[in-house]
Amino acid sequence: MQGASGAGQGHPGAAQGQPAKQNPRGWVMLALLVAIAAVLLIVFPAQREPSLNAFWQFLVEMMTVMPAVLVIMGLFAVWVPKEAVNRHMGRGSGARGLALAVVFGTLPTGPLYAAFPLTKGLLDKGASPANVFVFLAAWACIKVPQELIELQFLGWRFTVARFGFTVAVIVAMAFVFQWLLGERESDVADRV
Amino acid sequence: MNITVLSINAIAVACVIVSLVKDRQKTVQAFRAAWRSGVSLAPTLLGILVLIGLLLGFVPAETIGRVVGEGSGVTGVLTAALLGSVLHIPSLVSFPLGGSLIAAGASATVVAVFITTLTMVGFVTLPMEIRVLGKRFTLLRNGLSLVAAVIIGVLVGAVV
Repeated sequence: MQGASGAGQGHPGAAQGQPAKQNPRGWVMLALLVAIAAVLLIVFPAQREPSLNAFWQFLVEMMTVMPAVLVIMGLFAVWVPKEAVNRHMGRGSGARGLALAVVFGTLPTGPLYAAFPLTKGLLDKGASPANVFVFLAAWACIKVPQELIELQFLGWRFTVARFGFTVAVIVAMAFVFQWLLGERESDVADRV
Repeated sequence: MNITVLSINAIAVACVIVSLVKDRQKTVQAFRAAWRSGVSLAPTLLGILVLIGLLLGFVPAETIGRVVGEGSGVTGVLTAALLGSVLHIPSLVSFPLGGSLIAAGASATVVAVFITTLTMVGFVTLPMEIRVLGKRFTLLRNGLSLVAAVIIGVLVGAVV
């Protein structure tokens, strides 16, 4: 898993209008990983074919969809400005607020930590903790453009099931969250 | 070329055309953003592909099945939840990884729990979240997200 660590900062949509972020650590890790893989494959020739086959198969699957998904994510980043999210969610309450939280959570691109400052703004403007919980959860794991990649690798059934259950469970959890946050909710709002 | 690949690319082309008609400048910006994302994701994506190759080539399917397969039960779910919470990899990358695990015999429940915790629960970003949103909010959110991930995983496993 080492090859993956620290890659979070190089996430789509996080840096809009800034120069490309260099990620030398990522490339060094990759080189290291390739070297280890090469040694393993030389030492164990029997594993060479299945390993290379699997690598090649997933590489092809990746290359046939990744450019399209990256372009869609780029379009989302320029057409769904974060201010719009802020404007509409601030006053959201009740069922409408929850629905908006799901919709707005799934639209923008970027890693979860890019949503923290936005969340703070929402709480400041009086969004309920339940809505904010739903917004963060939807932002985290049901991004619309990314679902396309999920479709490619995990299939229709899995993707639709995970999407549906995620919405249902996070809405239910949101109320538990609000209830547990309890009377100190105002403290939190004050602090943030 | 399967139907998923064709639809995804068709959607992308349609979006680009609509965007071009509405605003050329913004479309160029979007392509720049896409290129930047691609460049910064590339080492991670390639690294995961190498790992997938090694995983499927070296680890026998029975072993993967025993650790995170249908019969792995609570242990498999907890392993996935722990790994998903601690690891910090983009969710885009988690889908091919999840696909390879399922191909090797992992259960849908385990993969759903892994993907959900990977994205919703972040040990690495805890300090950042606490700084912005406060300790109580952060710990409650991450704790409940962990519980939510397990419930989602069990439900997904029940229908897939």
